[in-house]
Amino acid sequence: MRTSVTRFGRRVFFAAAAGAALAKTTQAAESANATIQIAYIRWAEQQVTISLLDKSAPDNGLAGAQLAIKDNNTTGQFMNQQFVLTDAPIRAGDDPAAALQMSASQGAGQRIGLVLTDVPAAMLLQLAAAGAGKGITLFNVRAPDDALRQQDCRSDVIHVAPSRAMLADALAQYLVWKKWSRWVLAYGSHPEDALLADAYRRAAKRFGARIVKEIQYKDTGGARQTDSGIVQTQQQMPVFTQNLPDYDVLVTADENEVFAGYLPYRTWDARPVVGSAGLRPVSWDPNSESWGGTQLQDRFVRMAHRRMTPLDMQAWTAVRMIGEAASRTKSADPATIAQDIKSPDFGVAAYKGRKLSLRDWDWQLRQPILLSDGRTIVSISPQPGFLHQTTELDTLGFDRPETECKLP
Amino acid sequence: MTRLFARMLLAGLMVPTSVGPAFAYTAYVTNEKDNTISVVDLDQMKTVKTIPVGQRPRGITITKDGADLLVCASDDDTIQIIDTKTLKIVGDLPSGPDPETFALHVSGNPLYVSNEDDNLITVIDVPTRKVIARIPTGVEPEGMAVSPDGKTIVNTSETTNMAHFVDYATAKMVASVLVDARPRIAMFKHDGSEVWVSAEEGGTVSVIDPVKHAVTHKIGFAIQGLRSDTIQPVGIQFTPDDATAFVALGPANRVAVVDAKTYEVKKYLLVGQRVWQMAFTPDNKYLLTTNGLSNDISVIDVADLDVIKSIQVGRLPWGVVVSPQ
Repeated sequence: MRTSVTRFGRRVFFAAAAGAALAKTTQAAESANATIQIAYIRWAEQQVTISLLDKSAPDNGLAGAQLAIKDNNTTGQFMNQQFVLTDAPIRAGDDPAAALQMSASQGAGQRIGLVLTDVPAAMLLQLAAAGAGKGITLFNVRAPDDALRQQDCRSDVIHVAPSRAMLADALAQYLVWKKWSRWVLAYGSHPEDALLADAYRRAAKRFGARIVKEIQYKDTGGARQTDSGIVQTQQQMPVFTQNLPDYDVLVTADENEVFAGYLPYRTWDARPVVGSAGLRPVSWDPNSESWGGTQLQDRFVRMAHRRMTPLDMQAWTAVRMIGEAASRTKSADPATIAQDIKSPDFGVAAYKGRKLSLRDWDWQLRQPILLSDGRTIVSISPQPGFLHQTTELDTLGFDRPETECKLP
Repeated sequence: MTRLFARMLLAGLMVPTSVGPAFAYTAYVTNEKDNTISVVDLDQMKTVKTIPVGQRPRGITITKDGADLLVCASDDDTIQIIDTKTLKIVGDLPSGPDPETFALHVSGNPLYVSNEDDNLITVIDVPTRKVIARIPTGVEPEGMAVSPDGKTIVNTSETTNMAHFVDYATAKMVASVLVDARPRIAMFKHDGSEVWVSAEEGGTVSVIDPVKHAVTHKIGFAIQGLRSDTIQPVGIQFTPDDATAFVALGPANRVAVVDAKTYEVKKYLLVGQRVWQMAFTPDNKYLLTTNGLSNDISVIDVADLDVIKSIQVGRLPWGVVVSPQ
């Protein structure tokens, strides 16, 4: 049997049972304490980036989870609780379901019922299907797909990563506040880019912006970094953005880093670039210093010897949610912990200035979204004036009345 | 002519003493963004001097004799000692990395410092400027408080979400009490019967029995027209008779007045933006609040429960202390 998933627009095949990921327990369990086992299943193949600075570290995401394990264990010493993380990388040719089974049987005979998934959407659905009915709760720390929160939603999958709709709404609110409401939407040719472009179309409609023109940039293949490629890029990008109607801002949807990174300072007209380059909506940024953020940044750099990425933050938050529920319930039982995380009183502090909690209609974590230019935080959405009857955080993404998710 | 001049001079000199308080109190405010301390004359109700200090000044206190200010210069990983007479930096204390807040023992020594980055409480002997103990605590230690009898030290940890009780004599942790998210400040009642802990993101104040180490009551806040997640309790102060507590509510821009016996919120006082720390004047007539986002301090008349003045200070005012004389 062969299963397939789509990743970054390419087909990658996984042979069942063969070459299962090598799972490795990073911390030994201490028998005197109640042990909370957490698995981290991650797609370990690297994505190419336009800038050398954005090349993903081998432990991107994982390091965030590891720091939260340390934080949880500092708290755990007062609660007689011990947190243990099992790392399960998946590479091309591995079977995700086997990785799930393998990590679920790790840890001195204790079943792992709490699993972070740092994998693309299709693989997440495979994992969820493989884990169904086994009392396993998945924490999606990577996939931004709105479908996972809509028609493909599941009661055993908690989404810590913000969705594309949340990210697009966060940026749109700021652009509208700035009165940059005439957009040109430039999107790539990968399926993810089409989904992100949909999120920007929806955001424009919701917040009163106007897309005056859409242009598509086709990925014709090839390397990102090429010596002297700069000469051609300087010619290509003005031409790509030529002959556009009057507009305020160029909104880009390019999740695979094909073209957006080349647009700032190279557009035909002098216009700011936002979205996948320029001003970007993110769950975290290495220079976020508000609400005690500096403390987390310092702690992270000291442990990982690099800066903390949005994926690191999403993984940190997921493990902290588990830690928070374990100390509130004084329980190491995965089901009790998952139930507490889903309860209306639950909240986790994650350096965003307010408690983050789950939406009970799709198990998406509500969160403010940072708007970063890569150097500083330009703003944080939701923006003032975008009101909501329950919480302004629900102005980002699919709100209760709009949801297509039907949880049992 | 000379007699008239002398009379005018005398009258002029008489004016301040006839309308102002008997002694001019001085408040010192740390400005986190400016790397300065604003010196505020509470007689004139204005900033009279600005002193440059180390980077990112936050926690501030004053020695029992009023001779020295102690200031956490967080990004310089030190505590600076400032002579209140000359307003010059005269020395440092070995605080350990990133000191944020601290509390002096009721006897005036030692100093208990929370090191946010290291999950440690550093205990410093102030006269010899030496570290005498390091006590491991929860993640991101923040608030520090010493019981009025001097026997117990309480530390809050912002990410562990606990109030940790440390025994003074043995410098060992004896209990940890779970409170709501992001506990910032711990404050004992003057009679030592309760310690109150504010939870910034939890939006509550936990009342803790310091003997049983248990939460006995939780105080919530509700302000018409404000969403609950903008109500973020930080600073706590009790009147000398323990009858009334003031709780600073951060971005709610208000200070709650709480009946400290019934735990009922009596009133909300509108102050500047993002109110965090507070300090009484020594005569307990006024309560000062630091308002981080409006770059000022508000002056609350304690008897009238009225905000009577706001005084401009530097950028991002964080902590405040008032000289004892």
